[in-house]
Parts: sequence; C-alpha cells; structure tokens
Amino acid sequence: MHELQVTKSILNIVLRHAQKNGANKVISVQLKIGELSDLENEWIQKYFDYLSKDTIAQNAKLKIERIPVVIKCDSCGHSFEINIKELKDIQCPECAHKKCTFISGKEYYIKDMEVI
Amino acid sequence: MEKVRLIEIKEDIMSDNDAVARSLRARLSKEKTFLINLMSSPGSGKTSLILKTLEGLKNDLRIGVIEADIDSMVDAEKVAAQGVAAVQIRTGGFCHLDASMVEKGLNSMCLDELDLIIIENVGNLVCPAEFDTGAIKNVMILSIPEGDDKPLKYPLMFSVCDVLLVNKMDYLPLSDFDVKAMRERVLNLNRQIKIFEVSAKTGEGIEAWNHWLKGEAASFID
Repeated sequence: MHELQVTKSILNIVLRHAQKNGANKVISVQLKIGELSDLENEWIQKYFDYLSKDTIAQNAKLKIERIPVVIKCDSCGHSFEINIKELKDIQCPECAHKKCTFISGKEYYIKDMEVI
Repeated sequence: MEKVRLIEIKEDIMSDNDAVARSLRARLSKEKTFLINLMSSPGSGKTSLILKTLEGLKNDLRIGVIEADIDSMVDAEKVAAQGVAAVQIRTGGFCHLDASMVEKGLNSMCLDELDLIIIENVGNLVCPAEFDTGAIKNVMILSIPEGDDKPLKYPLMFSVCDVLLVNKMDYLPLSDFDVKAMRERVLNLNRQIKIFEVSAKTGEGIEAWNHWLKGEAASFID
C-alpha cells in the first residue's frame, strides 16, 4: 500500500551510495525485509522500475530476501518460526507457553548492491 | 567489459524518515510538548475519542490536534469547534503520515503554547505502523465491531503501540467479541502495551485513559 514511498527511499539510498563510490551503473540491489512488513515484492520492483527511469539505477534488479518471523519462548527458550499470514495464536510448540519475544521479522534494510 | 563491484550499504530503508522522527522528538522534549500518534482503522471512532479526551482534559492541558486526512477537512472542523488548536494535513492520497508531514503540521502550531498534541493518523491498520511519526507514544484503537482477531491480522500495528484503546465497549453485549482472547493475543505480541476498555459514546473508561494520558504528559513536560 505504501510501496511507492518506501521505494523512493530505496532509490535515494542506492543513488547516494552509487555516486559516493563512482559507479556508472547499478546492476542489482539486495534488500532484507522482515515478513512482518506487508510490502509486496512484485510492487516494490514495479515502482522501482518506474522511479529509476533515466537514472543509473534503471533496469537494476531488486533481490529481496524476506526474513522469517522468529519468536523465542520466554519459558523454555525454544526459538521457532511462525507464518504471520496464517497466524491463529502464538504458542510455543515445545512447552505450549504463550509468552514469547520477537527475534526477527521487523528487518527493513538495504544490504548491498552490485555496480559497474 | 567493466568489472562488477559489490558495494556494501547496510542502511535502513527508513533511515531518512527515522532521522526526521528523532529530531522531532528532540525538539518536542526541548519545547516540552507531549506528542501522541493515534492510529486505527476507519470508523473505529478516532475523532469521537479525541473529542471525548479533549472534553476531559482541555481545562488541565493546552492541547492541539493534527488531523491527517486523505482529502477532507471534516475532522479538523469538529475538533476546532471544541476551541482547540487544530491543523489539518491532507496526505494527498497517502495512506499514512510520515515524520516530515508531522513536522510540517508542528511548524504551523505554536509549540510553546501547547502541552499535548494528538495526531489523528490516517484510518488504516497497515501502513501507519511502518512509519515513525516522531511521536513520544503510539496509541491505537480497536473497536468491538471490528472483531477480536485483528491482533492476528495486523500484528505489526499491535506490536508498535504503547496503548490500546478498545472502543465501543457499549456494543459488547450485541457482539461475540471475546475480550479475554483479544487481550491474550495482544499481550502475546506486546507485553508492555497498556489496554483501556472505553466507549467514546457512553464515556465508559474515558476517565482512566485521560488519567494515564495526563500523567504521561505531565511527567514528560516537567
């Protein structure tokens, strides 16, 4: 839903780093986005293609790694992955305890990029 | 052919927004103005709840309201009718407020004349959760007719808020909303969250919420 604005931020950061490193062309950008985010990979790429026209990042491929939502049981310490889209309840599969802490799934960053 | 190089970036996508949000918080703490960001889905009663809150607190605190709306002035007019400073930000189709939009809103208000500013964010449980507005506390409303499964459908929103107001409690007898199950789901996502059961219509629970808000604002601006 707000992919356009997020994609603008991605492009700004990419262009800033490309310029700083004297790049002529951006080939690909690697992103890490947690599964808790509702962003759709396909739309981020489409908006990126649209926004990056006539820049050195035109035609760059976004490689989006989705980081699974992992939570840790506060009682027995067991870590487990949950599918946030099919979440019915949060409960430790080992000890059935319900109090857990998020370990990953909220990531939102640009890891690196390939340039020439 | 030129050689492909790998450039490490390691930068948060939201870093620009987060930097503006941090500078807003620094400014608010200098100006001694407490800012809360109120989020919910459309129709959960944000404006009514703000009006009720103003009614209870406007004699104790100098309050301002920033209304975000995709394209209308209706909410700001209702709030201004209460004799409170109100600013409307039209988001121009955007589904949320970001820190720069809030900064614009704050720039058109006299912060040194205000103790508390309430942001009424765009009605939406998805996008506003991803953008730090610079607020000191995040507050959300879930209303009874929306259902007790919302924490499972919008986990990010419930995990970023400091307070949950369960509104329209007067509808509870007519619904199959399971308050206990909802509370458990919310606390599983966010153990620090404070939950108040309220009704902007009957006034139930509003005093407890106002008491909390007044206390938080007082300790921030002291």
